[in-house]
Amino acid sequence: MRPGELIGRWPLLRQVREGDAFGLGRAVQSTRTQELRPRTDAAQHVVQSICPYCAVGCGQLVYVRDGKVDQIEGDPDSPISRGRLCPKGAASKNLVTSPSREYKVKYRPPNGTEWEELELGQAMEMIADRVIETRKATWQKQGDSGAPTERTMGIAMLGGATLDNEENYLIKKLAMGLGVVQVENQARI
Amino acid sequence: MGSNMAENHPVGFQWVMEARLKGATVMHVDPRFTRTSAMANLHVPIRAGSDIAFLGGIVNYILENERWLDEYVKHFTNAPVLIDERFQDTEDLDGFFSGFDPDKRIYDTSTWHYAGMPVQETAGERSKGGTKGEQSGHGAQAGHLAHGEPPEEDETLQHPRCVFQLLKKHYRRYTPEVVSQICGCTKEQFLEVAEALCENSGRERTSAIVYSVGWTQHTVGVQYIRTAAIIQLLLGNIGRPGGGIMALRGHASIQGSTDLATLYNVLPGYLPMPHAEKDTDLAAYLDNHAGTTGWWGHFDAYFISQLKSFWGEHATKENDFCFDYLPKIDGDHSTYQSAMDMIDGKVRGFFLFGENPAVGSANSRLQRFALASLDWLVVRDFVEIESASFWKDAPELETGELKTEEIGTEVFFLPAASHVEKDGAFTNTQRLVQWHFKAVEPEGDCRSDLWFVYHLGRKIREKLAESDNPRDRPILDLTWQYATSGPLEEPSADQVLREINGVGPDGSALGTYADLKPDGSTSSGCWIYCGIYGDEENKAARKHPGQEQSWVAPEWAWSWPLNRRILYNRASADSNGKPWSERKKYVWWDGRKQKWVGEDVPDFQEDKPPTFVPPDDAEAEDAIAGDHPFILQADGRGWIFAAAGLMDGPLPTHYEPHESPFENPLYSQRANPTRQLSPRKENPYNPAASNAYPYVFSTYRLTEHHTAGGMSRTVPYLAELQPEFFCEVSPGLAEERGLEHGGWATIITSRTAIEARVLVTERMKPIVVDGRAIHQVGVPYHWGTRGLTKGDSGNDLFPVALDPNVHIQEVKAASCDIRPGRRPRGKALRELVESYPSTLEASA
Repeated sequence: MRPGELIGRWPLLRQVREGDAFGLGRAVQSTRTQELRPRTDAAQHVVQSICPYCAVGCGQLVYVRDGKVDQIEGDPDSPISRGRLCPKGAASKNLVTSPSREYKVKYRPPNGTEWEELELGQAMEMIADRVIETRKATWQKQGDSGAPTERTMGIAMLGGATLDNEENYLIKKLAMGLGVVQVENQARI
Repeated sequence: MGSNMAENHPVGFQWVMEARLKGATVMHVDPRFTRTSAMANLHVPIRAGSDIAFLGGIVNYILENERWLDEYVKHFTNAPVLIDERFQDTEDLDGFFSGFDPDKRIYDTSTWHYAGMPVQETAGERSKGGTKGEQSGHGAQAGHLAHGEPPEEDETLQHPRCVFQLLKKHYRRYTPEVVSQICGCTKEQFLEVAEALCENSGRERTSAIVYSVGWTQHTVGVQYIRTAAIIQLLLGNIGRPGGGIMALRGHASIQGSTDLATLYNVLPGYLPMPHAEKDTDLAAYLDNHAGTTGWWGHFDAYFISQLKSFWGEHATKENDFCFDYLPKIDGDHSTYQSAMDMIDGKVRGFFLFGENPAVGSANSRLQRFALASLDWLVVRDFVEIESASFWKDAPELETGELKTEEIGTEVFFLPAASHVEKDGAFTNTQRLVQWHFKAVEPEGDCRSDLWFVYHLGRKIREKLAESDNPRDRPILDLTWQYATSGPLEEPSADQVLREINGVGPDGSALGTYADLKPDGSTSSGCWIYCGIYGDEENKAARKHPGQEQSWVAPEWAWSWPLNRRILYNRASADSNGKPWSERKKYVWWDGRKQKWVGEDVPDFQEDKPPTFVPPDDAEAEDAIAGDHPFILQADGRGWIFAAAGLMDGPLPTHYEPHESPFENPLYSQRANPTRQLSPRKENPYNPAASNAYPYVFSTYRLTEHHTAGGMSRTVPYLAELQPEFFCEVSPGLAEERGLEHGGWATIITSRTAIEARVLVTERMKPIVVDGRAIHQVGVPYHWGTRGLTKGDSGNDLFPVALDPNVHIQEVKAASCDIRPGRRPRGKALRELVESYPSTLEASA
């Protein structure tokens, strides 16, 4: 740094020059501080979302850069949360970008000791086959009383409270079509 | 009560703090001193499992001191209604109501009805079938009432058989002294709460009661909430701003998943699943479940519109709108029963959608045995949760009870898309349906559950397309045409929401459930959501800033039904339709405009005057009088006395938890006589009042973690903030058992033993009950064998002991032993557990 520049950065001089007599404003900011930018600044666009943890339903703003989540902040427009998030909500970016997340299908054959790889398409085929086979093998036309039941008691489902409404509706609808009555979620527990 | 709101719903708690700053009194009645207690004006510690005694004491206090809101009670509740003369109370029968069958351990509820008529439960009639635990509808109760009025009433509330007098009799022994004796708080603490609640209720003021799973997770869980409902009805706190009973729920869309019915006993919108023996055809089903009066009077329109959403053009009047396509229930098919049926080889295939029963369900040990008994399992989650990895890391491998090579379960783990990777809506804990928009594409094999369900259904339909088996008609005839987009072929959540909303004969989106028809000309996947897509607008996606609208913020998202923010808000005005007070003005009758007006969408027919008296032949909503706000009930009133709809009594009664170290001081009947027990090898119980298990323990959550940990133990920030499983004990218990702060403790029940770090804290205090000091142990339940922070699972300790109404497990109060040091490893663990007493008897 040239001497002139160094002197020019002298806070006292800057206080006078910038009219910041008490040294409470920009005059006392370091170059580093001046160059700090909000961590959301680099985002290319912002999407309104809702926190995925508890049922308070705080508003979130998802900042996106290059097709990736850059930051997740509270949404000040939400009359529920007024921009606030709790430690979990504030860690949402860490949730969706967590190193623990899985991105590949994993398959464990019966009695297997390790996970194996499986293509998603093939997994879907195999699951569809399992449903069809089990449904056929366990189809129950009548209950113990002899009354018609037209269902399978061989297949059960659990979960939905962390999912979207539309997903829950579609799960229930598919289950009704398949004759699966054991459809349950976290609300039971 | 039963909630640690500051810890678990901190952003919601800002409103409590704001109320306190404005002068509200915040009271916390809870076994532990928590962050919520720290921010309250008053904390009253009570013994876990004693809340009904405390609340019943408040009911008694209100009645003894004449503190009820008389006009509200007389016009808006069923307090004046006379009950069947055969009805007998727990005060008459030492802890039983009339109608108990000691062999089947169920009630014949017919003597609990209104005098002079058979009241029946509308959405889910249970009393006919008699099979235990076949609760089939949350919805409203009703009966066939002529012009919406019960046959016998005493408006002076003096008749010995009127609800008001029965209530007085039922709770008269719940005195401050008895509350103190059962709950372990002082008489003065109790009186301070009761008085503050009464002082802050009435025309000028309202009080709200907030609860969470600290209330629901008991063998009398439903009755906990009922007691609060009685208090709030007596004090006039329902349907009014600042009043109500707020359930704080723990998952983003647990309300939505209940509404849209991923539950075995209900269809979307709280329509009961048809029962094999009773609901033999559409006519029988409608006859059993439709009300004559109140809004359930249009049950047929809601139900038939739903069948049209499921089966479209295939559902015709001639084929009962495909009623026979619906599978039938005939018993308890809840998740705990399914788990036991897995062990017994009946359930062979299992789907998990973002739920982790190997950690999150009671007796998670039993859950792991269940998973290990399956033929196949599909797990959809962000991370490899314990329910996906049990075959290689379940604690039962270490004890030698399971062997990886012998576990025949075929496991498919499919990674799920997160909330920022898909469009869709969550319904929050106050019925607000809020849309979240997709921000980025999911990576790799990650897909939304909408994608998974849609494409799985598509593939199954393709594979069965040639089938002529009648069994396959329901799946092949299902309406399953959803538009997909993008390289992943993602189905449109918006289109699914529009289907849930429903359409009219011209194919345009309906604006209200009042337009649904029983003739097959309309469709609606879920009648209570009808209107969410009115005028072809996704109203869940409305994001008009809160600060730019009224305090009710009606243009932020949408709440069911019809964007009403406070249910039954006609009760915010007095019987004549005038606001109870200027301060508490919300919805009122405008005599000049001849309609209900106010801050919110009125939850009442807009033009029905408060003086309206239904004619004799009136039906459905037209049979509800102008001064009866509870429009889903057949009589339009809030039910202090539940004449139908519950398995375990029309009035809440104090029973001890299933595993309690105490006898019941009020009755010789110790615990809820209808509680659901499942004694079996994997589910033994601690013997009642056993000296081997001298302590009470309870589970709870921490701010930094989420339920069974799948969304928090795996998140680096959160795992770092709350890095280790621990238990909380008082200094007294630490001394009694030689537990060291920061050291290890082993907690033992007849199911298993787990280890945890010890947190000795003054916040845990022994509670003196009936002259005996009882120590309580607190256990957060988030941990499991995987994640960035690992630990034993608190839920391993609990048995499956269920509430008879909703099959929820008792995990907020059980008995245990605790000793210093780490638990034994391997076979020695089982030897330790087996050295303790257990029972397989389903004792009464």
